[in-house]
Amino acid sequence: MKKVEAMTVVSQRTIANNIYECSLKGDLVSVMNEPGQFVHLKVTDGIEPTLRRPISICSVDTNERTFTMVYRVEGIGTKKLSHKLPGERVNVLGPLGHGFPMEELKSESHCLLVGGGIGVPPLYELAKQLTSKGHSVTAVLGFRSKEDVFYEREFSRLGPTFVATEDGSYGEMGFVTDVIGAKQLTGDCYYACGPRPMLKAIESNMPIPGFLSLEERMGCGIGACLACVCDMKNEAGYRKVCSDGPVFKAGEVVV
Amino acid sequence: MKMNVSLPGLDLKNPIMPASGCFGFGKEYSEFYDLSKLGAICVKAVSPLMKRGNPTPRVAETPGGMLNAIGLQNPGLESVMENELPWLERFDVPIIVNIAGNTIEEYMDVARVVSKAPNVKAVELNISCPNVKEGGIAFGTDPYIAKELTARVKDVCHVPVYVKLSPNVTDIVTIAKAVEEGGADGLSMINTLLGMRLDLKTGKPILANETGGLSGSAIKPVAVRMIYTVSQQVSIPIIGMGGVTNADDALELILAGASAVAVGTQNFVDPFACPTIIEELEEKLKDYHVDHIGELTGRSWRPSLQPLTTR
Ligand SMILES: Cc1cc2nc3c(=O)[nH]c(=O)nc-3n(C[C@H](O)[C@H](O)[C@H](O)COP(=O)(O)OP(=O)(O)OC[C@H]3O[C@@H](n4cnc5c(N)ncnc54)[C@H](O)[C@@H]3O)c2cc1C
Ligand SMILES: Cc1cc2nc3c(=O)[nH]c(=O)nc-3n(C[C@H](O)[C@H](O)[C@H](O)COP(=O)(O)O)c2cc1C
Ligand code: FES
Repeated sequence: MKKVEAMTVVSQRTIANNIYECSLKGDLVSVMNEPGQFVHLKVTDGIEPTLRRPISICSVDTNERTFTMVYRVEGIGTKKLSHKLPGERVNVLGPLGHGFPMEELKSESHCLLVGGGIGVPPLYELAKQLTSKGHSVTAVLGFRSKEDVFYEREFSRLGPTFVATEDGSYGEMGFVTDVIGAKQLTGDCYYACGPRPMLKAIESNMPIPGFLSLEERMGCGIGACLACVCDMKNEAGYRKVCSDGPVFKAGEVVV
Repeated sequence: MKMNVSLPGLDLKNPIMPASGCFGFGKEYSEFYDLSKLGAICVKAVSPLMKRGNPTPRVAETPGGMLNAIGLQNPGLESVMENELPWLERFDVPIIVNIAGNTIEEYMDVARVVSKAPNVKAVELNISCPNVKEGGIAFGTDPYIAKELTARVKDVCHVPVYVKLSPNVTDIVTIAKAVEEGGADGLSMINTLLGMRLDLKTGKPILANETGGLSGSAIKPVAVRMIYTVSQQVSIPIIGMGGVTNADDALELILAGASAVAVGTQNFVDPFACPTIIEELEEKLKDYHVDHIGELTGRSWRPSLQPLTTR
């Protein structure tokens, strides 16, 4: 049976402009084994905000029974989350959804990881797991500006890492797709997470197979309310981002 | 304390059930607990043919609640009969099928068929749907049409018919009385209140559908008021809903006049909402000077000498 757990905050710190890194400890970590899955968080006991907030699992430490999230403060929910201090509790529902599949990779594959903004975090646990399985990774991370950049060093430890900023204040100027084009980056497959326009551009430009992680406004987070649906590309049906996704094979759904 | 409730078609172990549209067809929540614990299950709206629903975003948050514009997306009657309802037979729980239609005939078509499924013990007519033959005005806003709809569904339906009232009307009592005259076996109330939110960055509505239905804590006082008023004017039982998040909220709707209580939005906040409320309610009722939960229905307006509880 699935569970929810009041997990304990073990650390909370700012790592870039408005970007926080928060680690939670608890038993649910033992079932967090697919990179790309997310948790649905209730950040207060009260009714404000009412709904849970979906946040990706950024890395998992099963020995310590902790997992880490990296999130941007957007509105009331993430703001309240950022106020949680070590020792306080956060109610966690998860892990939810289907993450980035790795089973079909041939041994020693080369994977291109493409992340934009708050789409970067789930790629980190993926990078860790891919490299520990003997695959190699190249990361292309896009941000708005220099002060938004995070996790460059963490990714660099796992493989070549390129950073693009829209205003050129750090790394290469432009979008992730510009960097991929200019450096002619490729691989056996790609994994991407970020804003829709980025995912659209990647899907139409990349000649190799790949996987995309989508975002959508959610209610339940478990597939019951149909808030988060997206259309399929070639069939009449639909997919739920929360439970069929958030990761889809490129070409499966309309981005 | 006796928690069981007996309503037309429905023998409930306890008065708590998930509300339509907030529980799918049960599968997702069955991964959290045994659905046989529930008083009943009210499933997502069913229409004759598969419905794709509205474009996204379909939900927006509001203080103490949310707006939704799912657009009654559902797999359609045939698939519900073949897949969803048989799957639910593994649980010892009565099923209420919520029905959506754009014409009276569509409601009749669904009611005729679903009411033959062995585990379907009642249907609930969602009369907030637009009536395409009458220019898209909701069935639930016109007492004559609401009555006619009820009567014609009653003619073809093999199980009791509950009519789910829309709060988006000037006088809900008129509609309630009309559907009672049309032969309704019970009422469900309330459905969501029409609302809207704007995005301050774009200046445009957050929901792709522009407007949506407000649910959650924010609407509880409206539900209490409407149940309180309607229950004194009709003699058919009421399944109450609107903003129930805990046992106290459920009790409030019961005291207002509900015989059973449905939980909607709170399932999204806490997947264990329904079983938790059932446990809390049973505990809570120990403080009340009654032998059976049914004695509390409508206590708010019934003359009584004793205080409800001495605690
Ligand atoms: C599968 C998934 C994984 C995510 N992972 C991360 C992550 O790792 N790090 C991170 O910073 N953000 C992530 N997001 C986005 C994050 O959920 C939103 O930024 C957050 O919900 C905003 O809440 P708020 O209360 O701060 O903002 P508000 O604007 O106050 O939120 C209002 C409502 O809109 C919803 N909402 C607003 N923005 C988004 C959005 N982009 N996606 C979905 N719902 C939204 C909120 O959940 C809430 O219901 C993820 C989203 C999804 C769907
Ligand atoms: C996402 C969502 C979907 C809903 N779908 C339906 C539906 O299909 N048919 C219906 O009659 N009511 C539907 N409702 C209304 C609920 O059943 C309930 O009447 C309302 O939400 C008030 O209860 P609450 O405040 O506990 O959520 C829906 C509500 C929500 C939030
Ligand atoms: S959020 Fe409810 S179905 Fe996806």
